Formats: sequence, structure tokens, C-alpha cells
Amino acid sequence: MNILIDNKSGTPIYDQIYTQIKTQIISGVLQPDEMLPSIRGLAKDLRISFITTKRAYDELEKDGFIYTLQGKGCYVAPKNTELLREENLKKIEEYLDQIVQLAAACNLS
Amino acid sequence: MNALEITNLTKSYPGFRLDGINLTLPSGCILGLIGENGAGKSTTIRLILDMIHKDAGTIKILGRDNQEDLCLTKQEIGVVLDDAGIPQFLNAMQIGKIMRYTYNRWSDGTYAGLLEKLSIPTKKPFKSFSRGMKMKLGIAIALSHDAKLLILDEATNGLDPVVRDEVVNIFNEFTRDASHSILISSHIVSDLEKLCDYIAFLHKGKMLICEEKDVLLETYGIVRGSAQELEVLDPDCIIHKKESAYGVEAVVRREQIPTGMKIGPISIEDLFVAMIKEAN
Repeated sequence: MNILIDNKSGTPIYDQIYTQIKTQIISGVLQPDEMLPSIRGLAKDLRISFITTKRAYDELEKDGFIYTLQGKGCYVAPKNTELLREENLKKIEEYLDQIVQLAAACNLS
Repeated sequence: MNALEITNLTKSYPGFRLDGINLTLPSGCILGLIGENGAGKSTTIRLILDMIHKDAGTIKILGRDNQEDLCLTKQEIGVVLDDAGIPQFLNAMQIGKIMRYTYNRWSDGTYAGLLEKLSIPTKKPFKSFSRGMKMKLGIAIALSHDAKLLILDEATNGLDPVVRDEVVNIFNEFTRDASHSILISSHIVSDLEKLCDYIAFLHKGKMLICEEKDVLLETYGIVRGSAQELEVLDPDCIIHKKESAYGVEAVVRREQIPTGMKIGPISIEDLFVAMIKEAN
């Protein structure tokens, strides 16, 4: 698994981790039930705050991409097709937003 | 458990007052205590170590009040102060021998490893050390007796960027263990910013803010624009404004900014400067 943190980009660090792990789960680089690095281990490997990393994992769990086994660790959740569809719909919505903005700038109605 | 818990800490000197400081450092976390020279950072740290006596308030270190069994507690904390307080004529080897009888859990192996890693000469007397070298030796000592809490007062000042990076890395590795915590005071944080879980701003003896770093970065941001563009902003949400002939840069609270206005990220250092300027 690769995670690259860019301090200069405006995106919050927890969000960068969240997005990169999510992308790798959706693309299949991370397989269902594969164990993820521990929160503290990942934070220290990336040389960032523990709380920041915990936040990324919390969000991933909340959105159903990973699950936690108490005392064992965090694992990739089995692929949920409904979730993927929702993700794609969200993306389509974002693109449509951009289209609307661009269209308005060109006086298209 | 909290590694450090300070409530309502007060200490008065003629011309200076540390005024009701509250601060909590949960185990496994790193807290950056930031303030200008004379803000009260060193006073706070000296009070924690009971080197000076408090007027009021409580200080709990690793769950124990600092007024009881402090000697025992001190076995579990590693301290690096501005002035290392090491006899001038001793060399690193001799200091190691003294420390072996000072700390119950002193490890010669860890100490030797750190001396080598930080390229500290073992046979040169302390008085011939540069400032950076003295700091590095202090850090090596603080990390060689299996401490649970590191208290560092301006410990990375005077170090060149390469050594700073090494030291920051050592602090990072130290907190890989969930029972290890760090309190570090400084007036510059740029390189520690990433590592810190909590940030506290101290100004003229008062705690301006003590918060999770991520919360600070999410709460505040920078808006740039012309003077007219920024006129629409509620003055309440502006922390500080920098005006020039070509535009305005304002440090703002994000939630009160109208949607559509572009908010840039802010660094802890910029936020600190903005808050101090406004407090003055």
C-alpha cells in the first residue's frame, strides 16, 4: 500500500489518507479482509499526528470501507457494490457541479 | 490515562503572572507548547518539575500529583531544559556513569547507541561542546532511562536543520509506544507541527488556546482578496488582517465565511502570530 502525504496541498492530511486508502480499496489494490497497518504504526511511519491518522480510519469505518476487530486491528471491509455505486454517483454529482459552473461562466443555460 | 494534567496553575512574580493555566496531555500524544520569549513556557515547565513552587493549582504527572513522591515520578520522565546543568569538565562517558546511579532503569546500551546516532563525542569535556551538541547530549540522557514522558524546553533550538530532522525523528519513534508522551515547548514549530497532536498557545502568562491540532487547522483559514471583497465579512470572524496596497490577507474562522469564498489553509505558526498580534 502506498500513501503519499503532501503538506503543501490545502487538503487536510486525514483527508489525504482517507482518500488514498479508499481509492486503493475500490481499485482492488487492498483486498477484502486484508489487515491495515495499526493507527499508531501508520502515524509514526508517516511522521504525522496519531489523532490525524485515527480520524482517517474513523471516517473510513464510518463510511463502511474498513472494519475493526477490538484488540486485533483494522481490516478492509468486503466490497459493497451499493457503496461503490453511491461513490460513483457522488463523483457524477461533483462533475455536474463543475459543468454548471463552467456553463454559467460561458453564458450557457 | 493522562500523561500530564494541569489545572488552574498560577504563579506570580513581580512583573509577571502565570494565570490559571489548564492543560491536558493524554498518554501517547505529543503536545506543542508555543509562546514568545517570556510568555511563561519555561515557568510552566519548571512548575511541573517542582523546581519552583506554585502559588495555586494542581499538576498531575502520569496520574500522580507532583507534590507527592516526585522523586519516583522523575524516574519516569526525561527532561531537556534550556540549560542542561551538566558539570562543565565531565565528558559524555563520565556523565553516563553518573546517570547509571541516578536512574533505576538507566540503560548503558541505549545511551551508547544514541551517542553514536547523534555523533556526540564521548571523550570531550562538556564545556567544549557547541550549543547544538549540548542539546543533543541532553536528549540522549533524557531517552536512556526508559522514560514514559519527555519534557522538552526549547530542545530543538540551536540545532542545524539536519540534526533537527534527526531529533524530530527520534521523538516520533519515541511515541510509537502508546504509553509514551511528549510535552515540547518552543517558539518555532514548523518542523514539529506535523508530529504534534495538541497545540497550546501561551501568551503573557495566559493560555490563549489548547486544542487538537487538526481542530485548529479546520477551524481557521486564510482568505485573500481586495479590500472591497473582504468588506462583506463579518468582523467577528476575522482574527487578524494584513493589509497592503495590493490586497488584504485575513486569518479567519472558516464556519462564518460565506460559501463560495475561497479559504486557504493556515499553518500553526501563522495562526499563532495572528492570535498574538490580535491579543496585543
